[in-house]
Amino acid sequence: MSVESTASPETAAVHAAGLRKRYGRQVAVHDVSLTVGRGEVVGLLGPNGAGKTSVIKMVLGLVRPDAGEVHLLGRPGTDPGSRSEIGYLPELFRYQPWLTAAEVLTLHVRLSGRTVTRERQRETLGLVGLADRADDRVHGFSKGMQQRLGLAVALVAEPRLVILDEPTSALDPLGRADVRDIVRSLRERGVAVLLNSHLIGEVERVCDRVVILNHGRVAASGTLAQLLGRQELHLRLGKVTATAYERLAAAGEVVRDGEVHTVVLPPDADLATAVPRLVADLVGLGVDVHAVEPSRVTLEERLLDILRHPGEEAS
Amino acid sequence: MTARTVLTVAALTLREASRRRVVWALLGMTVVLLALGSWGFSRVADEFGGLGILEARIAASTILNLVMFGLSLIAALGTAFLAGPTLAGEVESGIALAVLARPVRRSAVVVGKWLGLVVFGGSFVVVAGLGQFFIVDATVGYWPPQAFTGLALLALQTTTLLTLALLLSTVISPMASGIVAVGLFGATWIAGVVGGLGAAFDNQALAQMGDVSRLVLPTDGLWRGAMSAFQHPALGFFLAEAEGFPFLGTGLPGTGYLLYAVAWVAAVLGLAVLTFGRRDL
Repeated sequence: MSVESTASPETAAVHAAGLRKRYGRQVAVHDVSLTVGRGEVVGLLGPNGAGKTSVIKMVLGLVRPDAGEVHLLGRPGTDPGSRSEIGYLPELFRYQPWLTAAEVLTLHVRLSGRTVTRERQRETLGLVGLADRADDRVHGFSKGMQQRLGLAVALVAEPRLVILDEPTSALDPLGRADVRDIVRSLRERGVAVLLNSHLIGEVERVCDRVVILNHGRVAASGTLAQLLGRQELHLRLGKVTATAYERLAAAGEVVRDGEVHTVVLPPDADLATAVPRLVADLVGLGVDVHAVEPSRVTLEERLLDILRHPGEEAS
Repeated sequence: MTARTVLTVAALTLREASRRRVVWALLGMTVVLLALGSWGFSRVADEFGGLGILEARIAASTILNLVMFGLSLIAALGTAFLAGPTLAGEVESGIALAVLARPVRRSAVVVGKWLGLVVFGGSFVVVAGLGQFFIVDATVGYWPPQAFTGLALLALQTTTLLTLALLLSTVISPMASGIVAVGLFGATWIAGVVGGLGAAFDNQALAQMGDVSRLVLPTDGLWRGAMSAFQHPALGFFLAEAEGFPFLGTGLPGTGYLLYAVAWVAAVLGLAVLTFGRRDL
């Protein structure tokens, strides 16, 4: 099963093909392929035990796949050098308790083989809200602080690909908002992000594309628009003439229920421009526009639908 | 890049050793041992006042081997319990995940850990051993004939055991790897003593037990060599009986045995690299 992608192994940030992993008699990952384009933010969704963390660990060379291959930023995953511009926050985030937060960052900069000034390292700690704890030993940190430190570790060596495995599991709502802002700023800087999160709302807000895993297989994937499918526009209208109705029908299939007209817009329609234009045209045609309400299937509804009806999705 | 990783991880391991409680435990035990030693040797000087200088020095050299055995035990315990958690513990806790996702070879991480532990264990043996020698010299006026050769053999013994603990820590839990390594160390020493008794009483089967144990884990062979380097040359007269006594050496190990010990360390380290390289994290 493969995920649609325009990026090749040479151009993609992550290109994984045909990954398989078996633990004893249990098949954890079964023929998973996925691609993260450069500068793209891809969300990995799925229930517990779907194989998300196993896929991430195989991508990073932490788990040896039984079959399949990985390319990272154009280099084969078997070459440790392919990880030189990658930042990773593991699901199980623990850092040397006998080091200070600043020392942990210096260690990771050294291991990455890159040059990052102490000042820049301190700035990264500031970005995750740990500026005033830089010289404290990690053993005194709460779980939330350790996860923030893990985020700083993932970001400190100026990566071109960041892999975040459940980055907000120990964070409060403020911390979650910080992570969203960080992911958005990474995308603005052209940094690719592979985000595994249970929090669907989080994924929906920041990801360009989503890959849904279930029972170790790709159950569905695509852009949010592709996955969420049709978008609807509910309009309460008065004085709808035949010409006005034609204008509505030109926007999409129309279902009428008294004054309420529901227009089914194409999946790729840009609501931000299509809706004001339609409303302006209707007003121009003398229609009384009382209410306009766009609606869309939520990612949560869609995910549950996919997981409850496996095998019905095109990937 | 690989050399830099090795050095970075070695420095990290040394820093870890210096900041963990095990070091303070080691230091405490060493101070107690040195204090007891200095009290004991001052008693030798007093009690054996009626004897000649030679007899006092022979007595001191015999007791020195006993004290150095305690020291080698502390070094073995300390490094084995440092080596255990360093790999298995980091895998168990998750610390290894972030480190190994960096552009580093796992082999470089294992060798770096090993190098850091060797420097730590070796430094401990040399510093604590020299401290003990100075005490003996000050109280009884005895300085071991081949002090540095003996300390080098003790450092190699420590290296042997910590390499084994490192290998074990790639396959079993942190604490278990330390316990198994120290257990094997003790078993080999006892097998060596039994083998010595077998040689003294012309029992081939028992004597072979000692020979085989010194090949399986070279710690006892190196320890017996170190004792020979520390003890008074006059004890050479008792060489025939020395084999039956656990704290008398019967001579320095030959080049062949030393090369074997080095090859043993290299092979076990290579195995640790292979095992850790294949492990899923």
